Order: sequence, then structure tokens, then C-alpha cells
Amino acid sequence: MRPAEPAAGLEREEARVAWRLVLPALGTIVLVALFPLMWTLWESVHLHDLRMPWLGRPFVGVDNYLEALRDPRFWSALAHTLLFTVTSVGLELGLGLGLALAMNRGFRGRGVVRAAVLIPWAIPTVVSALLWRFMFDGQTGIANAVLVNLGVLRAPHVWFIHAWSAWVPVILADVWKTTPFVALLLLAGLQNIDPSLYEAARIDGAGAWRQFRYVTLPLLAPAILVALIFRTLDAFRVFDLIYVLTGGGPGTSTEPLALYTFNALLQNLRFGYGSALSVIVFGITFALALLYIRLLGADLVGGKR
Amino acid sequence: MNSRSRWPVVVVGLLVGASAFPFYWAIVSSFTPEARLFQAPSLVPTNLVLDHYRALFTERNFWVPIRNSLVVAGATTAFCVTIGALCAYALARLQFRGKSMLLGFILAVSMFPQISVVPPLYLVLRSLHLINTYPGLVLPYLTFAMPLTVWLLVGFFRQLPPELEEAAMVDGASRLRAFREIIVPLALPGLATTAILTFVYSWNEFLFALSFTLGPERQTVPVAIALFRGQYQVPWGQILAAALVATAPVALLVLAFQRRIVQGLTAGAVKG
Repeated sequence: MRPAEPAAGLEREEARVAWRLVLPALGTIVLVALFPLMWTLWESVHLHDLRMPWLGRPFVGVDNYLEALRDPRFWSALAHTLLFTVTSVGLELGLGLGLALAMNRGFRGRGVVRAAVLIPWAIPTVVSALLWRFMFDGQTGIANAVLVNLGVLRAPHVWFIHAWSAWVPVILADVWKTTPFVALLLLAGLQNIDPSLYEAARIDGAGAWRQFRYVTLPLLAPAILVALIFRTLDAFRVFDLIYVLTGGGPGTSTEPLALYTFNALLQNLRFGYGSALSVIVFGITFALALLYIRLLGADLVGGKR
Repeated sequence: MNSRSRWPVVVVGLLVGASAFPFYWAIVSSFTPEARLFQAPSLVPTNLVLDHYRALFTERNFWVPIRNSLVVAGATTAFCVTIGALCAYALARLQFRGKSMLLGFILAVSMFPQISVVPPLYLVLRSLHLINTYPGLVLPYLTFAMPLTVWLLVGFFRQLPPELEEAAMVDGASRLRAFREIIVPLALPGLATTAILTFVYSWNEFLFALSFTLGPERQTVPVAIALFRGQYQVPWGQILAAALVATAPVALLVLAFQRRIVQGLTAGAVKG
């Protein structure tokens, strides 16, 4: 047992150094993220209206949550968020997979392709929202011109005054910005697949579709899952894109949850109610994230190769 | 499969075209006189003018939001990379109990919806008189920048061969000296990539900057552009010029470091 002692001492020493190194960053995260989150939770069970400071901040239990559940604007904001999330993530994964398969074939000009992929992803969301707003704006924007010339539309359409058509540029802008990035994640997954598996499948007489179905898809599943969850979490908290593109309008017909919450907080200054909405957004995101960590987290967090 | 088939080239060509077109159109339009912007758009530019860019810096004082964004994103990045590197080193290369729990916690925080911390941050910043100040933006930015930085750096530190510090420590160097003199220099490309990504995320941030500033004197670039208003109509020429000016630094940084950025971003996400 003797030789174990210095080793154990070294381990303790290592752990002590490790905690000292971790502490500043961890402390920062606790202070600026975890502590405020707890505060939001506390705020959400109080009545706190900054326009009526004389009311103080009385405890109201779950009243704010009950108000949300009875509030039709909350339910439609939730529906808009789900509509946006399902449509945009679905399109992005489908198109992204096709793109990844195409990019996985060797060809020249990889640098150009990587730039085309990265730049839309890296620019501010506000900018991409403005680019698409501009293309769909008014009656004479380029989108109308192209669609009328191609014969898709008989006359120019005013996109932002109808609820259904205001979603078109919103979804397109999101798909434009993030599909290439999804493709990049999936491409990394594809490149990890052992080419000899395709060889074997070919020798067994499997055609292109069967190779895709029985080799590519199963082996790509983890990468698809990661892309799916990252995109879902991102899409669920959509704010910038819609704030700039439609402002939630016409009326509130494209307003997502994050925007409704923002309005409750900083337009109406209803901090208690707004905090309850924040907690609901957080709760749904957290449930999705848990699912994520459950499905492949052990691997990701443990960092096993 | 037919290895000479054409469809991948066609698909990738479409991708490049679709990615580039909105930029092309914005660039052309930002040089087009306002009066002609919505008159029968033509794909080939004629009669280009610099008016919108000139107006941006003379009438609009667009230097102010650029300065604000540089200060806020720069300070956030400097703080996060310094503090985050220490933390990430411990998480990537030292053994201690609770390590995987910490990693899980940091990953979880990086997925927080920003809106969920807006109410308390607003109340705190208000009572400290930090609304509409630089610290009033840098502090909230740490909520997303710190977990991001740590997470990326853990990925980069793990890629270094494990024998490095062992060799240094056999020579009698302490853990910290091994970190400073061996790991940091070798991880410099990773540190630079992380710094760029943190900077880009901070530069692009919108919700906090919108919530915690009041007027043009402290607005960041995305907020300034989003709130651009004309007297009678939407000043599209200037908006597009501003959008392109806001995009240029990010695009250049990303182009210069594209290979490493792709590596860093996909390393965390794809582990078979």
C-alpha cells in the first residue's frame, strides 16, 4: 500500500490545482447566469409592475402562470414558435442532408464552398433578416419581380400584410442562414464513415438507395441527432429574426414566445408576468436539452473518443 | 454509384449561388440611388453611387455603434478567453471529481434561452445605474460567451498529445508552468479561433443589446441597424450599406480562419 500514498497525494494536489483554475470561470457563470435564472423564478411568483411601483412586489403564487394559460396571445405565440421550429428545422435537416451528401463527393473548389457555407452562418441575424425583408419588401422588391417573371405569381404580392405570407420570408431567411451549417455538421459525420462499408455493401449487390438506407443513415444518426437538437433549441428561442423581419406582425400573427415575453417585460414593464413567460420558455428548452443529454450526452460530456 | 455523376456539382453550385445572391443583391442595391431602388429592379447594376455609404458616416454617425460594438465584443472576448482558458485546461487535462458534471453544467448553461435571464439582469443593471453603459452590456454577454469559450477551448486542449505536460513535469516544472510554457503556445491557433468565434457571437448579439441600451450613444451595430428609421420612408439604401459594413469584419475574420473554425465547431458536436 505504501507506493499508493504519494500517488494519492499527487491526485489531491492535481484536484486542488484544477479547482483553482476552474473557479473564476465557474464563479462568473454562476453569477451572471445561474443566479439570475433563480431570480427569474422568484420574480415569476410575484406581482411586479414597473409602471405601478406603489403596488410593491407582493407574492402571488402561480397567478402569473395561470394568467399565461388563460391568455390567448400566449397560446398563439406558442403555436407560432412551434410552427416556425418544425418547419424551419425540418427543411434545414432535409436540405442539409442532401447538401452534405453532395459535398462529400470529391470535387474542386472546396474553399469557395466552405466560404459559401460559413458566411451566411457567421453574419448577424439582424443582417440576414434585413436582406430578406428588403428582397420581399413592397410590391416591387426583387422577390416579386422574379416570381412574376417566372409566372409563379400573376401579380406582385404584398408579403408582409398577410399572416400566412409573412411567414415565407421568415422561414426562407432562417433556412438560408442555417442550412449550410447543418450540412457542415452532417458532412463531418459522413467523413467519419468507413468507406469499406460501402465497398462491402456494393459487393453484396446493394444499390445507391439501399447503401444510403442501410449504411449512411444508421451511421449518420448521431450527427443528425446533434444537428436536430441544436437547431431545435435555437429555433425555439427565435427572436432577432422575427423582430426585424415582421416585428411579430401583421398584428401579432407571427409573434413567437420570446418576442411576446420581451414585449411583456420591456414594453409593458410587467416583470412578474414576463418572468413567468421567461420561465416557461426556459422550461421547454430545458426539457428539450435534457432529452438531448439523455440521448447522447454521456458520450459528449464525458469526451470519450 | 456512378462516381462521375453530375448531381453533386449541380447541388453545390446551387448552394453557392443561393448563399451569394442576397449579398450580391444587397451590395448592388447599396450603391443604387434611393429613388431607383424600387423601380423595376434590374439584376445588372447601372449608375452606381456612393451616397448611402457617405450618408452613413456623415449624417448617421455610424462610427458610434461600430465603436460600441468593438468595445463590448472586444472586452467580452478578452475576459472570456483569459478566464476560460484556465478553466478549460483543467477540464481537458486534469483529473478531479465532479469534472463531467461541470462539463454538463457548462453545456447546459450555453443552451439557456437568453430571454430567461433578461428580467433580473435588467433589474440589477438598473439599480446599479448600468443601463446604457459598456459594463451593462459586457456583464450580460458573459452569460453566453463564457460557456461558449470554455466549451470550444476544452475541445482544442484535448487535441494536444497527453505526453506534453508529463514531459515538462518530469523536468520539474509545475502544472501551471507546464500550462503557461507548453500548452498555451501550442494551443495558440485554438485560442485564436475561440477568440474569433466569441467575438463574432458578441458582435452579432441582439436581444441583450436591445434590452439594456436606451439610445444611440451606446447602441451596438445590430441594434442601430435594426432601429434605422427615415423621416418619411424606410431608408433602404442606407440600411443595406450599414448591414454590409456590419458584416464585413465578421466575414473577413471567418474567411481568414475558415478551416480551423469548421474544425472547432464540428469537434464538439460530432463524436461518433
